[in-house]
Amino acid sequence: MSVFDGLKFRKVSSPVHNLDPRVKFFFVCVLFVVAVMFFQLLPLLVLFFVPIPFVLVARVKREWIRSLKGASMLAFIIFFFNFIFNYIYNEYPNIPSASLIEYSVAMTLRFVVLVETFSVFFLTTSPDLLGLALEQSHVPYEFCFAFTTAVRFVPVLADEAQTIMDAQKSRGLELERGNFLKRIKNYIPILIPLIVSAIRRSLELAEAMESRAWGATEKRTNLYVLRLGKTDYALAFTSIFMLVVAILVWRFVPIPPLSVILSFLQL
Amino acid sequence: MALIETENLSFTYPSGMKPAVEDISISIEKGDFVVLTGPSGCGKTTLCRCFNGLIPHFYGGKLEGNITVAGYNVAKCLVYELARHVGLVFQNPENQLFALSVEKDVAFGLENCGMPRDDMRKRVDWALQMTGIEELRERAPHELSGGQQQRVAIACVLAMQPEVMVFDEPTSFLDPLGAQKIFEVINDLNKELGITVILVEHRLDLASRYANHVIVMNEGKIVLDGEPHKVFNSERARLIGVGIPKATRLYQILRENGLKLSKVPINSEEASQFLRKILTHD
Amino acid sequence: MIEVKDVYFTYPNGIGALKGVSITIQNGDFVAIMGQNGAGKTTLVKHFNGLLKPTKGKVLVDGVNTRDISVARLARKVGFVFQNPDHQLFCETVEDETSFALKNFGYKPNIIERRVTWALNLLSLTQYRKTSPFMLSGGERKRVALASVLASDPKIVILDEPTIGQDHQQKEKLRQFITQLRAQKKTVVIVTHDVEFVAECNPRVVLMTEGKIVADGRANKILTNYNLVTKASLVPPQVTQIFMKLSDLGLPTNVIDVYEARKVFLNSLEGS
Repeated sequence: MSVFDGLKFRKVSSPVHNLDPRVKFFFVCVLFVVAVMFFQLLPLLVLFFVPIPFVLVARVKREWIRSLKGASMLAFIIFFFNFIFNYIYNEYPNIPSASLIEYSVAMTLRFVVLVETFSVFFLTTSPDLLGLALEQSHVPYEFCFAFTTAVRFVPVLADEAQTIMDAQKSRGLELERGNFLKRIKNYIPILIPLIVSAIRRSLELAEAMESRAWGATEKRTNLYVLRLGKTDYALAFTSIFMLVVAILVWRFVPIPPLSVILSFLQL
Repeated sequence: MALIETENLSFTYPSGMKPAVEDISISIEKGDFVVLTGPSGCGKTTLCRCFNGLIPHFYGGKLEGNITVAGYNVAKCLVYELARHVGLVFQNPENQLFALSVEKDVAFGLENCGMPRDDMRKRVDWALQMTGIEELRERAPHELSGGQQQRVAIACVLAMQPEVMVFDEPTSFLDPLGAQKIFEVINDLNKELGITVILVEHRLDLASRYANHVIVMNEGKIVLDGEPHKVFNSERARLIGVGIPKATRLYQILRENGLKLSKVPINSEEASQFLRKILTHD
Repeated sequence: MIEVKDVYFTYPNGIGALKGVSITIQNGDFVAIMGQNGAGKTTLVKHFNGLLKPTKGKVLVDGVNTRDISVARLARKVGFVFQNPDHQLFCETVEDETSFALKNFGYKPNIIERRVTWALNLLSLTQYRKTSPFMLSGGERKRVALASVLASDPKIVILDEPTIGQDHQQKEKLRQFITQLRAQKKTVVIVTHDVEFVAECNPRVVLMTEGKIVADGRANKILTNYNLVTKASLVPPQVTQIFMKLSDLGLPTNVIDVYEARKVFLNSLEGS
C-alpha cells in the first residue's frame, strides 16, 4: 500500500512548516492566479522558480521531486496536445515555428507551477494545523472533525486492507487471475470485510465520542490557537505585492516571446 | 449511599429478543476497585454502557429498574453530562483516539465542555503526567504501540477528572508486560486519586491483585458479588468457566489432597507466603 | 517441514522486521512463537505460507523455496488463521464461507461438500451451516474462520494470536482443538503472548525480540527463565512466579502447570 505512504504526514519543524496554513494557502492561491493570468513563457518561468526556496528551507526536496515526477506524464500529454492541436488549428503547413513550441512549453509550465505549489503546501502543512485553520475560518466543527479523523484513519485503514488481502490470499484467493470482470469480482472478498470493519469502527468511534462529552456545549473551545507571526505577515505582504506587480505587468507591459529576447541577445 | 447503585436493572437492545442484562442489583462504594468478569457475551460490556448512559441514550432499547451513578439518575441524565463523572475506556485503543496528536486527543473532552484554554492546558499536562506519557504529547496516535495508545486513552478520560472510571477489557491486545503497566496506572489512579475503578477483565492472573471487590456475571445476570478471595474460591466461579487465578486453583487442588493453606491466595505473593508457612513449619 | 534459513526481512518503509532468523519446524511439531508486539512474530509466520518473501535468505516448505511457488498453491499445504475473523468473513452463509478456499483450490463439488461437512462438524458449527456468519457471536465467528481454513485439510496450521479476547472456556476449547489437530499428525504453529495459555499446553517455544530468535526450547524451560521472559516483554506464568519466590527453600523453579506444581510441592513436603 505504498500509495498511502504519501498521505502519512511526518511531523517536521521548519520555518515553512511553522507558517500559518491560512497565509500559506493565500500565497498558493496568488501563485495560482498569476500562473493563470499569463500565457507567455517568461513570467511562467519566473513563477516556476518561486516555490523552490520554500522547498529547500522546508527540506522536503525528495518528496517534492517525487510528486513532480508523478505529474511528469500528465505534463508531457499537455505539451503534446497543445502542440498538435495548435499546429492543426493554426494551419501551419511548414515546420513548427519557435513560437508554437514556446506556447506549448508555457502551457505545460503553467500546469507544473500549479502542481509544484500545491505539493509544497501539502508537504509542509500538517493536517492537524489545516483542521485548525478550517475551524478558525468558521467552517462548522463537524466538518473539521471529519476531516482530521479521516486523515488520522488513512494509515489504519491501509494496514487493515493489507491484512484482509493477506487473509484472503491465504485462503487461495488470486487477485490477478481471470479477465477484467473476473478481476473486479476478485476484490469482493476484500471489500466486504473492509466495509464491515469500517462500519464497526465508526460505531466504536461514535461511542467513544459520546463518552467524552461530544456536543456538551455550543461554544467549543480549542487547545491550540493559530496566531499570525512576523513571518506570516511577511509572507502575506509578499503575496499581495506579487499579485499587484503581476496585475500591473499583465495590464501595461507587453511581454515579448522568449525566442525574440534570445535572438536579440545574440545580436 | 453507594457511589453506584442499581436496582433490578434490566436492559434489552432494540434488536434483542431477550434482555442483555437482567435483574442486576449491585452497589459499588466510592474508592472501590471492582473487577467485573464472566464468559464472553455475559453482558459485561452492556453493563459498562449503562454506567455512563450510552445505554439507554445512545443505544435506545428498553431499560427497566433503577440505576444511579454519582448521584445522577442515568435514565434521565444526558451522556455528555455523565461524561464529567464517569469515564469509559474501551478495548480497542485504536478506535477511541481521533486526533492527530496525543495532546489534542487528551483535550478533546475538555474542548467539548468549553473549558478555557489556560485551564485546559493545565488539565492536559496533569493527565499526561499521571499516565506517564508526557514525552509522547506531540506524537500521532498511529505511531504509538498498543500499550502507549491505551495509556493515551486513559489520559483522555482522566482529563475530565471523573469520579468513576470504567475499563472494558483494556489490555486484550497488549503483551503481558504492557498489560501489567496499564494495570499499575489504573491502580495508581485508584489508590492515589481515589477514583472508583470498574475493570472488565478475563486475565485474572494479572488483574485480581488490585481488586477489593469482584463481580462475576453469566448469561446477563450477576452470579457472584463480593470480596475477591471468597469469589475466586467459590465452586460456582470455576463451574461457569471463569479463569480464576492459578494461585487460587493451586490452593483448590492441594485441598483435594487434604492440604489446607491458612487462607485462599489470589496472587503469587500470597500463594508463596502460605506455601512457605507449610514448608517451614515442618 | 518448514526450514527458515538466515532470513532477513525489511518492509518497504525501511523497517527491518527480521534480522537473521533461522529455524526448522519438523512435521508434527507444536510451536508457540512468543515475544512482545512488534518483535517480528507475525512477520515470520507470514513467510511460512509465502505471503512475505525474504529480503535475504530463504524459506523452504517441504523442500520447496517459497519464492518458486504462489501463495495460492502453498495455501493447500499451509493453513493460516488470522487474528481477527472479521478480516476474512464475507459470505452469506457459514457454508459458503467454509467452502471458499476449497473452490479457489478447484476441488470437485462432491469433495467440497464432504470437506465442509467434516470441518463444520469438527468445530461444532453444523447447526449454523445456513446462517450468516455476521449473525454469530465473536467466539463463533472465530470458529467459522478456523473451519474455513481447516476445510482444505492443510498439513501445517498457523494460528495468529488465537486467544486474544477469548474467555477461559473458549481458550480451553481451543486447547482441546489443538490437541485434536496434533492427533491428526498436523504441524501447529501459534503466535501468541498469552503466557498462561502456553503454560497449559507446554509446546516448543520460540522466543523473539527485535527481529531475532533469542531462545528456542520447551515451554517449561523458556518461560521459567526470568531474564529471558522479561526481555521479551512477557511475565512468567503465575505458578512459576510462586515457585521462584520459594526457590530459597530448594524448590525447583521450572514449574509452569498447576498439577505439576501440586506434585512437586507434595514431593518436597514428603522429603522434608
